[in-house]
This record gives sequence, structure tokens and C-alpha cells, in this order.
Amino acid sequence: MVVMQNVRKVYESSNTVALDNVSLTIEDGEFVFLVGPSGSGKTTLMKLITGEVRPTSGRVVVNDFDMGTIKRRRLPKMRRTLGVVFQDYRLIKDMNVYDNVAFAMRVVGTPNREIRTRVPYILELVGLEGREKRMPGELSGGEQQRVAIARALVNSPRMIVADEPTGNLDPVRSLELMLLLEKINEMGTTVVVVTHEKELVNAFSKRVITIDSGEMTGDTSEGEYYDI
Amino acid sequence: MRLGYLIREGFRSITTHGFMSFATVAIIVACLIIMGSVSLLSLNIDAMIKDLEDQNEIVVFVDESLSDEAAARDLQRNIEAVDNVASVQFVSRGEAMNSFMSKYDASLMEGIDEEVFRHRFVVHLNDIAHMSQTKADLEAIRGVAKVNAHLDYAKSFVTIRNVVTVVSMVLIVMLVFVSFFIMSNTIKLATFGRREEIAIMKMVGATNSFIRLPFVVEGLVLGIMGGCIAFLATWGLYNLVTGRVVGSITGTLLNVIPFRNVALQVFVVYMAISVLVGVFGGVNAIKNYLKV
Repeated sequence: MVVMQNVRKVYESSNTVALDNVSLTIEDGEFVFLVGPSGSGKTTLMKLITGEVRPTSGRVVVNDFDMGTIKRRRLPKMRRTLGVVFQDYRLIKDMNVYDNVAFAMRVVGTPNREIRTRVPYILELVGLEGREKRMPGELSGGEQQRVAIARALVNSPRMIVADEPTGNLDPVRSLELMLLLEKINEMGTTVVVVTHEKELVNAFSKRVITIDSGEMTGDTSEGEYYDI
Repeated sequence: MRLGYLIREGFRSITTHGFMSFATVAIIVACLIIMGSVSLLSLNIDAMIKDLEDQNEIVVFVDESLSDEAAARDLQRNIEAVDNVASVQFVSRGEAMNSFMSKYDASLMEGIDEEVFRHRFVVHLNDIAHMSQTKADLEAIRGVAKVNAHLDYAKSFVTIRNVVTVVSMVLIVMLVFVSFFIMSNTIKLATFGRREEIAIMKMVGATNSFIRLPFVVEGLVLGIMGGCIAFLATWGLYNLVTGRVVGSITGTLLNVIPFRNVALQVFVVYMAISVLVGVFGGVNAIKNYLKV
């Protein structure tokens, strides 16, 4: 669950107002598209959720953690309630598919026995069975993004946040990936997808939150992404 | 399980980042050899000066009033009681004459009685820097007629020793700083390529200690490797160089310290520096990447 109240974020180094007076609530189990043009503040909003930046003013609560006051040493615990997917996949290049996914479980101290049963299950869920030994460089973009989703999903997070997950994929692979995220959402995980791909958003009848010039300009359930 | 995994990760990282591991070890080895060579050279120069100092003796002549050898020998206790006296050796007038005759033409001494020589003591000092004061103290002993001491030589030795000490200390300190700088920058460079890996770890909820431990293991292993290789290389080089030097200047008073006499100290210092640089260099290098 995400709660934002009158959130303002100013990057002091460049004196840029990235977000201003943003208030929203994302309930557990929701599927939300966060849309807007480049430089609108979507990524800043995502970084507020992942704890990479802190709000200048206002309140941000993510999965019961107050992101404005959270201590640095508590951030790992908060991040374990999230699964994050990036446009550029961010896989560890010298680890194979299995280890890239298992790595997220090792980080939280999961016993090996559990890792050995959970990782193959997740890889099958995202359609990567039989690819365990492949290195990231041997996979297509769509497959690499599936590994990233598997890694995000493997610790059963409460929420998956995906930043432009289809940015490097062709339309068919993008649609497949969105269907996978929808399937994950149907299994109970909250999914927040940051994107500017209009066709993709409009292909799904989901909640759409629109950000423009740092302000929230729209929030519609089963909405569409209109040109601003 | 988790600790075992992190240690394994540290070892895995050494092989997966093979070139950077090699570069780190090579830099550690090079810096330690340079630092060690200068230190060993300085140690040898210091030892040689000390040897020469030890040969700079004071001769204490016994007063004519104590012509009886036993009475003259009695002075030894008084001489030994003087500050800064390291050793005292009695030389009777007969021994003095024999020594003189063996050094010079014996015919010169024909018809001369040993009585012309005085009983004497050959005195070695702990520190020739205080030779002047010791000479005065010895002259003050009742029964001592004269004290012969080469104060000018002593001053020269002290000056040379001080200069060598200061120059070698400055050089070693400078080399230590330069080496630390080079080694930590090499490690920084080695970890730069892994900032993305660290960012991924942070994003999946890894704690800072979880991220750091493999780097600590890696730094420890690379440090130990670098320290051991540098130690063996220094040993080999030292024996090679000292063998050549001693072999080419035979018949001189040049004595080099055998490596086995300093091996333990060199090993401990090398290991301490390389492990310190490896571990703290690695941890320090990733510090900035952890602030996410």
C-alpha cells in the first residue's frame, strides 16, 4: 500500500521542483499505471516509493514504512516488501538466470533448501523453465526482463514497482510482459507500472494516474492515457 | 549458510574479476617491494655505520704510579662503572708492545724495554654521540693518566647516522603514503565496475554488511596473496643483490644483514600493510555506492 499526502520533492543541487502537492493512495492488490511525458516526475515518484530519495515535504508511506523518517538501516527491510523492475533489467552479468533470481533470496537469508524449490517455481511462472543455466547475455530482451520480474517476485513482495519495463521491448513482447504482470497482480500482488506507452496502457482497463510537470493531473480507475 | 555463501562470493568475485584482481595484487606487490627495498637498504646502512662506530674505540692509559699490573687491572671496575661504557678490555704493557711490534718494524724496538709502554684499557661505547662526556668521565678516574678518543671521527659518524636515519625515514614515510594512495586507488578502480551490482543488491534489500562482507573477504585474500608474493620476491631479490654486492667487495668490512634475521619483521609488516590496504581499501571504495 502507498499513501502520499501533499508530497513535494525539490532536488536541491539543481533547485528543480520534481513533484509538487501530490496526494494519492494505492491500495493493496491494485494494478496502477503511472503515466506522463518524459521529465514529468514519474521516476521521482517511483524513487520515493523505493526509498532512493526522500520527500522535501509531505508524507510518503509505503507498506507501513514512513519514507520521510525511515532510518537508513531500516531501508533494506522496507525494500524486501517491494520487487523492483527496471527498463534496463539490471541483471548481474556474471551470474546465470538461476543465480540472478536466487540471489534475491540469499540476500534475505533464505535457506538453500527453500531456494531450490522456490526459484524453479518462479522461473516456470514467468515462462523461463529450461533457461536456468543461461547467462543474461545469451537471452533476448524480453527474456532478460522476465528474469528481472522473477527476481522481483521471488521473495513474495507485497508490491511490484516496474519503471518503464517495456521500454526496450518490441510491441509483442511488451504485451506479453504486461499480461505476465497482470497475472502476478491477479495472484494478489500490488503492481505499479511507470510508463509512457499510451497503446499499452489503453490495452488494459486499469487505474491510470497521470503526472505532468510534477503535478498529478489525473487519476481514473479503468482509465485511459490521453495526450496531454 | 549465509556466512559461507558470502565468503564463497568473495572468492568467486576474485576469479570473475580476474584482471582487476591481478592488477590489485600486482600493485600491492610492486609497492611493497619498493617500500621494503628502501627499508632494508636503510637498515643495512644503519647496521654498517653501527659496525664502524663499534670499531671506534677509546684508549685509557693507566698512570705510571700504577705500574704493577694487578693494581692497574683494578681500575677496570671504575671504568666499567662509567655511563655509556659498553665493554672494557685490559691490555698490559707487554701486550701493547707486542701489538706495536707486529704492526711496525720490529727492529725499531730493539733495545727498548716494555716499560716505556703503559698499561691501558681499550673501551668501547654504547653511543659514540656521547663520546666527549664519556672521555671527560674517564679522565676524572683516579689512576687514569690520559684518554685517547677520536672525537672528530665520532662526530662524523653521528652526523652520517643522523642524516641516513632522517633521509630513510622521510623516504619510507613518503613511500608508505604513495603506496597506500596507489593501492587504494587501484582497488577503487577495481570496484568502480561493480557499482551497478551493488545498486542491484541494495534494491533487492541487501544490508550494507551483506554487501561489504564479500569485499572484505576479497580484500583479505588479495592482500594476503600480495603480501606473500611480495615477501618471497623481496627475499629472492635481497639474496640476489646482497650476494652480488658482498661477492664483488670481498675483503672489506662490509657486512650485510642476513635476510633470515629480518624475515619475520618483513613478513609481519608486509602482511599488515597488504591486508589493511586490501580490506579497508575495498570497504572504503564501495562506501559511496552504499548510500542508496
